[in-house]
Amino acid sequence: MFHYIKIIAFTACLVPLGQLIYNAATNNLGANPIEAITRFTGSWALIFILVTLGVTPVRKTTGWNDLVKLRRMLGLFAFFYASLHFATYFALDHFFDFATIAKDVVKRPYVTAGFTAFVLMVPLAITSTKAMIRRLGRRWQQLHYLVYVVAVAGVLHFYWLVKADTRRPVLYGSVLAVLLGCRVVSKWSPALALRRKGPAGLAR
Amino acid sequence: MLIKKPGDIKSSEITPKELYLNRRQFILAASASAISAGALFGAGVSGAAAAETPAREKFKDLRKSPYSTSEKLNSFKDITTYNNFYELGTDKGDPARNAKYLAVRPWTVAVEGEVKKPKLYDIDELIRIAPLEERIYRLRCVEAWSMVIPWVGFPLASLIRLTEPTGNAKFVQFVAVHDPKRLPGQKFPVLDWPYVEGLRMDEAMHPLTILSVGLYGETLLPQNGAPIRLVVPWKYGFKSIKSIVKIRLVETQPPNSWNSMQPQEYGFYSNVNPEVDHPRWSQATERRIGEFFRRKTLMFNGYGEHVAALYKGMDLKKYY
Repeated sequence: MFHYIKIIAFTACLVPLGQLIYNAATNNLGANPIEAITRFTGSWALIFILVTLGVTPVRKTTGWNDLVKLRRMLGLFAFFYASLHFATYFALDHFFDFATIAKDVVKRPYVTAGFTAFVLMVPLAITSTKAMIRRLGRRWQQLHYLVYVVAVAGVLHFYWLVKADTRRPVLYGSVLAVLLGCRVVSKWSPALALRRKGPAGLAR
Repeated sequence: MLIKKPGDIKSSEITPKELYLNRRQFILAASASAISAGALFGAGVSGAAAAETPAREKFKDLRKSPYSTSEKLNSFKDITTYNNFYELGTDKGDPARNAKYLAVRPWTVAVEGEVKKPKLYDIDELIRIAPLEERIYRLRCVEAWSMVIPWVGFPLASLIRLTEPTGNAKFVQFVAVHDPKRLPGQKFPVLDWPYVEGLRMDEAMHPLTILSVGLYGETLLPQNGAPIRLVVPWKYGFKSIKSIVKIRLVETQPPNSWNSMQPQEYGFYSNVNPEVDHPRWSQATERRIGEFFRRKTLMFNGYGEHVAALYKGMDLKKYY
């Protein structure tokens, strides 16, 4: 049963890519297609990071533990859209102009933040296989706490690049704050955590 | 004799036109906010907007200008669907989508301040004070993209001369329309409304500086700043204030919106300058809309031979 849910989720995660390809093919990306692709892939990378971070709180509050089986896929889709985003910046926007890109990374805080987030996602993606999880043991969890740094850097990247209208980056930041808040609450409030587990007889 | 009975509808049941129009506006507003709510999270992919375009009037007998560039023009579609006009929304496609709200008649422009002959112009009178010219200019946005646009307009100097400035007139202040009903973007304090801009007197009197009332030979669309806007081609686009309702000659340097919002990032002068970066991004290159490769940004947007003398001896890193 869960197998089908996974297939449906996988397909849903590809919808933004399909939308992008469709709009590109039908010449519907507007006057500045490179900017449109950059924004679109960047937004979806951020959205997927937030959705991935939402898995644990939702699992804990609903008790739907199978949900964790979707987490790796969601995280890898975040990396996928972030890679498209980075490739767009690198290849389309700056056409492999390494000197300019290097200067951007060092000099422009929003690029530094975005680049940091992307680079930190690489080890997370590489160590996402079952074999790696087994090999790293307890250190796997420690390594994957990096996702919090990635999320904060990603939101900052967005916040620092807008000119005046901060509504969307603030929205993403608020969602992130709630998701991080959930973790603080469940860590420091054992009473709440206990209640969430529900009656012992119903626990799986 | 057969007298036809009037219809069964009592006059009291007929919706007054005003209400009817308001209802239409309400529906438009509701659908617009639904769209923007979707765009907020959904990260729309399309920059294109299908705008309901108001009737445009064609200008006849436009004069050509030696100031026009012969570079390839951007398409009418690009120029009218990719806009920064925060009063009509902050996404590039918003101004075209929300253009329908901005009715541009009736419209008046007050010309006042340090002048001997202040006057409240009706827009249709104002566009006839001088022969209209076609001016094909480069436009360089502070966001590092550019276009080539065939404006229609007349030199701002023609208007200023008519007002007979007093000796105290050192700067010109411009004020844009402020009416959240017609400019839905003004419901959010993204900037401090109304949008204001300013020029030094010599910049305002420069023959390159025009008041534009059209593009591609036809009246301006709302998203481009209808019915009348400033065009100062050697400065970043935000200096070229749209939908002007007041022009005031003043003695001291007037505020300009982006400078008030973020003084370290946007100056009063805001001359296009590849050597002075925006604190958050480089201004050395730009993407000409429609081109793949970035091009080098030119000092004063390539208008240096005409305007460099205005800034002789000024430290342009300080007066950015």
